[in-house]
Amino acid sequence: MLTPDEKHEIDHEISILPHRKAAVIEALKIVQQHRGWVNDESVGAVADYLDMSPAEVDSVATFYNLIFRKPVGRHIILLCDSISCYVMGYQKLYAAIQDQLQIKFGGTTSDKKFTLLPNPCLGCCDRAPALMIDEDLYTDVTPDKLAEIFSKYS
Amino acid sequence: MERPLTEHIHPNRPALNLKEYEAVGGYAALKKVLKDSSPKQVQQAVQDSNLKGRGGAGFNTGMKWSFVPMDNAPRPKYIIANADEMEPGTFKDRLLLEGSPHQLIEGMIIAGYAIQADISYIFLRFAYKDAAKILRKSIQEAYDAGYLGKNIQGSGYSLEMYLHTGVGRYMCGEETALLNALEGKRATPRAKPPFPQVSGLFGKPTIVNNVETFCCVPHIIAKGAEWFKSISKSEDGGTKLYGVSGKVNKPGLWELPMGVTIRELIEEHAGGMKNGLKFKGALPGGASTDFLTEQHLDVKMDFKSVAAAGSRLGTGTMIVLDDATCPVGFVHNLQHFFAQESCGWCTPCREGLPWVEKVLLSLENGEGKKEDLDILHMHTKFLGPGNTFCALAPGAMEPLESALKYFADDFEKHIRDKKCPYHN
Ligand SMILES: Cc1cc2nc3c(=O)[nH]c(=O)nc-3n(C[C@H](O)[C@H](O)[C@H](O)COP(=O)(O)O)c2cc1C
Ligand code: SF4
Repeated sequence: MLTPDEKHEIDHEISILPHRKAAVIEALKIVQQHRGWVNDESVGAVADYLDMSPAEVDSVATFYNLIFRKPVGRHIILLCDSISCYVMGYQKLYAAIQDQLQIKFGGTTSDKKFTLLPNPCLGCCDRAPALMIDEDLYTDVTPDKLAEIFSKYS
Repeated sequence: MERPLTEHIHPNRPALNLKEYEAVGGYAALKKVLKDSSPKQVQQAVQDSNLKGRGGAGFNTGMKWSFVPMDNAPRPKYIIANADEMEPGTFKDRLLLEGSPHQLIEGMIIAGYAIQADISYIFLRFAYKDAAKILRKSIQEAYDAGYLGKNIQGSGYSLEMYLHTGVGRYMCGEETALLNALEGKRATPRAKPPFPQVSGLFGKPTIVNNVETFCCVPHIIAKGAEWFKSISKSEDGGTKLYGVSGKVNKPGLWELPMGVTIRELIEEHAGGMKNGLKFKGALPGGASTDFLTEQHLDVKMDFKSVAAAGSRLGTGTMIVLDDATCPVGFVHNLQHFFAQESCGWCTPCREGLPWVEKVLLSLENGEGKKEDLDILHMHTKFLGPGNTFCALAPGAMEPLESALKYFADDFEKHIRDKKCPYHN
């Protein structure tokens, strides 16, 4: 079941589109915003609300990199692993993160604080290597800066 | 030297708000168009300026607009800014989005008027959080000032504008896949024809242009097509945002006349190679362009000259390969990206890219065999132009094919020595 708040937000999206189905990506974003991730039950609820089959909704949900179909931590670390960051040594950052947080790409720390994901190009290649945590972008990152960065999040 | 697109962008100052933008001449071009020009005249002016699309393919923008049906056209018509910028090594649209949102909005409204669009979208990638905030605010300002909405400036022309933020997938940047994403579908491309100009978003006539392309439009209208051509050093009109990343002294982004040379970019603007390193090659316009090498340093960075040298201007943001970075590892990184971002719609790309990625990894790990090079060569043909639905796979093959050609010694050394000569 969708909550009244979720329905209200999805209704707004539907109102500016020519048909209900077209709002499915927005609906998944809204549900994820409220629930942290999109579980099977949420897929079903979105499908019901938009007159779609769960399979149709899931085919969209699983296509996009940032719709999470598994539980994630409170904060998402997106580490750029694309070419400019490769040349500038993101590999050292990855090694340091694995060491400090004890997680690999796709993993969540045992205290559920961070989930680490690889991410294609963050669009700041002149300040590589780069990573993003939630809404915050960090550039020219070196392994020795990581501890301080992580300490800002609870 | 004129820098129309970035003149009012300063790194340590927030973007101009609507009032400030108006004070430096903003929205004057839009008012002029609404008062004096027919849609066809706007299309013609942009065509005459020789503005070529800045999203990678370099098609004449005014000509693209001229394919949109005008009389008795299906409605609503759409105008869309492609702000998905996910091509690795590309960071130019971010500057325009964060630094001059009203310039983009004004360009889109003028373009909308030229094709008589009813609805516009900015398709923004998820990672550009600051851009999303400032665009939302700026669109609202434009509504409040009567530049968007019903009966713009009393002209009788109306346009709605919405910001759409993506959920991450390189394919969303491909024009027709972007339309599918906006319709709430998987971002797989559509067969062409019909072209989006005739049947695009929700089956209606649609124009998709890159952010930088739209940002040129107000200046062309304000100062004229001849002026736009005159500020370029080549036959393509205008300036270009050029970027350099990699191991140079001052990586960065600069607006320069279209057609500066690669040497000028690297040596003058990017401050040359970092201490002790040599230039080995560069991808001139993002991850999906062919390597150019030392012999090409004097090639001009315009569409025709880069193509004549065997590559593509692409997005104009260059990634430099230095002599201490392994070209095999470099290309492996690229192919990992392309394999991951393939939408899976067609077999050569879906199956081929992971194979290429694995072969390159085994070469990097010193487990490569001579036959592996044949497999890589074979893929550059199988995944080349004409065999796939969209340009992702052929684009992926450009750096691979050119690396096999220019850095053949490096590939062979990995096989002969059974290890990566750079990493051990
Ligand atoms: C896989 C793929 C990704 C693309 N990504 C982008 C992008 O992020 N931004 C963009 O403007 N064009 C991108 N393009 C090019 C678009 O398909 C299209 O040509 C462009 O938006 C047209 O705008 P223009 O004529 O102003 O260049 C991409 C193309 C492909 C094949
Ligand atoms: S070439 Fe690749 S990305 Fe393009 S349609 Fe085919 S599978 Fe999808």
